[in-house]
Amino acid sequence: MIEQKVRDSYKVTIGIECHVQLNTKTKLFSGSINDSTTNTVNHQTNHIDFGLPGALPFVNREAITLAIRAGYALNTEAQVFSKFDRKHYFYPDLPMGYQITQFEYPILKGGYVEIISDGQIKRIEITRAHLEADAGKSTHPAGANYSLVDLNRAGAPLLEIVSEPQMHTSAEAKEYCFNLYLAMKFAKVSDVNLFYGNMRFDVNVSVSKTDDLGTRTETKNLNSFRAVEKSIDYEVIRQIEILEKGGQIRQETRGWNDAKQVSFTQRIKENADDYRYMPDPDIPPIIITKDELLSNKKTMPVSAQLWRNKLISLGLELETTNLLLLAEADYDSSPLSLIDQAIDETDKAKTYANWIMNIELPLLERSEEAGENLIISSQTRQNVFEAAYSLKITGQINSTKLTELIGELLISKDKISDILQWAKDSGYLQNSNQDELAVIVKSVIQKNPKVVNDILLGETKAVGFLVGQIMKETKGQANPQIVNQLISQEINLLK
Amino acid sequence: MSNWPSIDVLVKQVKSGQVSAKDLVDKAFSFIDKNRHFNVLISELKEQAYARATEIDNKIKNGQDVGRLAGIPFIAKDNFLTFDGYTTAGSNMLRNFKAPYQATSITRLLDEGAILVGKANLDAFAHGASTENSDFMITKNPFNETRVAGGSSGGSAAAVALDMAPFSLGSDTGGSIRTPASFCNVVGIKPSYGLVSRSGVVAMASSLDVIGPLTNNVSDGALILDVMSGPDQLDSTMIEKDKDGYGNFEPLKDLKGVKIGVLNDLMNEGLNDKIKIRTQEVIDSLKKLGAEIVDISIPSIDLSLAVYYIVCPAEVSSNLSRYDGIRYGHHDDSAVDLEDYYLKSRSEGFGAEAKRRIMIGTYVLSSGYYDAYYKKAQQVRTKLINEFKQAFSAVDFLVSPVSPDLPFKIGEKTDDPLKMYLSDVMTVAANLTGIPAISLPVGMIDDLPVGFQIMAPFKADRQLLQVSEIVERQFK
Repeated sequence: MIEQKVRDSYKVTIGIECHVQLNTKTKLFSGSINDSTTNTVNHQTNHIDFGLPGALPFVNREAITLAIRAGYALNTEAQVFSKFDRKHYFYPDLPMGYQITQFEYPILKGGYVEIISDGQIKRIEITRAHLEADAGKSTHPAGANYSLVDLNRAGAPLLEIVSEPQMHTSAEAKEYCFNLYLAMKFAKVSDVNLFYGNMRFDVNVSVSKTDDLGTRTETKNLNSFRAVEKSIDYEVIRQIEILEKGGQIRQETRGWNDAKQVSFTQRIKENADDYRYMPDPDIPPIIITKDELLSNKKTMPVSAQLWRNKLISLGLELETTNLLLLAEADYDSSPLSLIDQAIDETDKAKTYANWIMNIELPLLERSEEAGENLIISSQTRQNVFEAAYSLKITGQINSTKLTELIGELLISKDKISDILQWAKDSGYLQNSNQDELAVIVKSVIQKNPKVVNDILLGETKAVGFLVGQIMKETKGQANPQIVNQLISQEINLLK
Repeated sequence: MSNWPSIDVLVKQVKSGQVSAKDLVDKAFSFIDKNRHFNVLISELKEQAYARATEIDNKIKNGQDVGRLAGIPFIAKDNFLTFDGYTTAGSNMLRNFKAPYQATSITRLLDEGAILVGKANLDAFAHGASTENSDFMITKNPFNETRVAGGSSGGSAAAVALDMAPFSLGSDTGGSIRTPASFCNVVGIKPSYGLVSRSGVVAMASSLDVIGPLTNNVSDGALILDVMSGPDQLDSTMIEKDKDGYGNFEPLKDLKGVKIGVLNDLMNEGLNDKIKIRTQEVIDSLKKLGAEIVDISIPSIDLSLAVYYIVCPAEVSSNLSRYDGIRYGHHDDSAVDLEDYYLKSRSEGFGAEAKRRIMIGTYVLSSGYYDAYYKKAQQVRTKLINEFKQAFSAVDFLVSPVSPDLPFKIGEKTDDPLKMYLSDVMTVAANLTGIPAISLPVGMIDDLPVGFQIMAPFKADRQLLQVSEIVERQFK
């Protein structure tokens, strides 16, 4: 084990390359369907994906549009001139013997992703992002003397986003991946389904005691934020242990075994690979017009970054903020826009945030689990929350009833025209009528002489029993404050 | 003179019922049968051709539209992917390859009623200038069986010369349509880069490859070009066709007001004296027609062959990467592991010339040499393009011989690849610059055909055909 003091004497540097699968209808260079969820092997392929003789790529303009939009989500603007190159290597899942990628002129340069590190906003800069065609998928059945290739994924459009090496803890790296995920999700450029490999992370890690960077290793193909965090923790310790023993770090590619939570050597990079990059003569340069940029810029949805900063300004916890951001991305009804409307009234905005978190989202989750597919429209949410908030601040309802009421209304609001009347009729509102409650209090005290006696003897806890009885009589509608007042008045009379 | 009338005459005859599509297929196969010893066709598509002919004849009987090439037999170089028969690219690698999709150019011709009767021999993967690099057989020159037919579209050129069909298709990367056209006494058109879809034609060097027709006369070639040309979604490098098309230009009466540049740089070293004299005679005839003849120098043209033999192998090495034996093509299942599989499949499937080009191409693209070779070559290519542009600001057309040699003896150059590469010296510049060029038959020297090359500015294909037609008339 490495002592914490030794651990802290090393500076960790992390850079991340992320492959985002863009959610175009068809592949980057062919008319085949781009769908990562299909199960039928080699079904979504045509002569282009298959690399047949004479097959030529043609650029799917939808992928260019999505890259432009991803650019805005990364706080940069797409290059008006970019171009595709061929990267050569032989592998059975690479049908043409080269990958079409952007080497010299990537479609995106610069930009950044904001993360929260130690409670502060920190910018992680983006070096570049380029479009490329994915390879197929190889599987190696255990014990077999063959491998299998599925080309459904071959030619799927990827945006490879390369960060500067500006992260220094696994927590920062995880935050970066999560915020990148949110950025892509909010921009709607990818399905960002991690299970289907829509986002895959390659993590470069080095450690050093000086300002010079150490030798880095690359752990490839991580498909969860947790795996990013854990693999970095693992790699940092591994490297420090080697260095502490006087060893040297070997530049290599590593793989992550998620079941065992360890990484292993995949490929040692003794010499720089020679991919013999050359401009792809089959594809003319990609020219993006100012109009194209402008029309995409104008139609960008509010970014995850902007939403996040608004929520943080309300004083919400980071975890709550992140859950709300996920909800915003998941539901078309834009839960956050209601919070945004109330942003100048902090209590109201925070109350709404609380209701979304603790009432609406669990409701939707339960409905989804039950296969009911409940839809809450933004109008329903607004009507319910506004009515509920006015009941709350006027003290007409207790908090337990309020939660029940909101839940009930979110499900069946559409059948209710007058929320206040309905709440009253359905018994959600508090009974604050002194005379009515006094009668009930008196009757309960008369019915429980033993309890009253206990109270008189100093067992004040027994008051709660009386309150409970009164609540039972009033079906929970009694205003607990008034009930308490009335009880103490009555008890005082008996002293 | 060809045994076939011009295509427009044939189509009229077919449509009017004067002859049937079947008659034309009969005629094609009578010449195919008679000339089989010239080693022209890799595959004959007799059954399919007759079925198509019947289909077309029935349509005509029923008064249905049969298209602009109704019943016209044609032959495609065997690097065009066709649904019918095999597509071998003249190589062992693709000896048993059946195409599951079809070249756009073939489909466009078939849609107009043309009938594919056979697939023509070529240098394997179109690497060569003599068709001696075919992995199957050497095509003999129709005028002298001891000599080559030119290449790499040697089969296509010989097929038309031997009347196997009124037209054939070729591909031209550095002269592969024009050289065999010149050697076989037919018209060979290399259109502007991007005018005809490359989709479905086995790629040689993508930035240089063009598709074009080989025919008995210019107007036939123009008609075929008109049918094949124009944007195709499957090829991103295409240009629009001329708004007036290519099949219907007015014949010129003379060449008054036309400025023609003679490429002096190509008229000297290494050029056969008799070809030089013939070329001068043709130029004189242009002058007689009223053309203004100007000497033009393209300073970088002497570098064009060097540039070509860097750019071309680089793209070849990349384009041939897909032939790994995994999904199709020759493969050796005796391999013990993946690397062995690649080594065996590719070593056996590729011939010497493909291997030579893969090695040169891999070398010029490798890290540390890229800048010195590939990048430098691309820079010179850009310079060449600019020099041609400048030349075309002074003249309307440029002329030169097609080949420095008459059809040479089979085996004469096969031991010396460099000598073979020099055969392309007159033709590669048009590919490097993307401009249209044509090879026109201008008679015989020592009983062997000789061609004359006319080049035009990029996209001036229509003008090129128009001026070629009047030149052609002088030599009929």
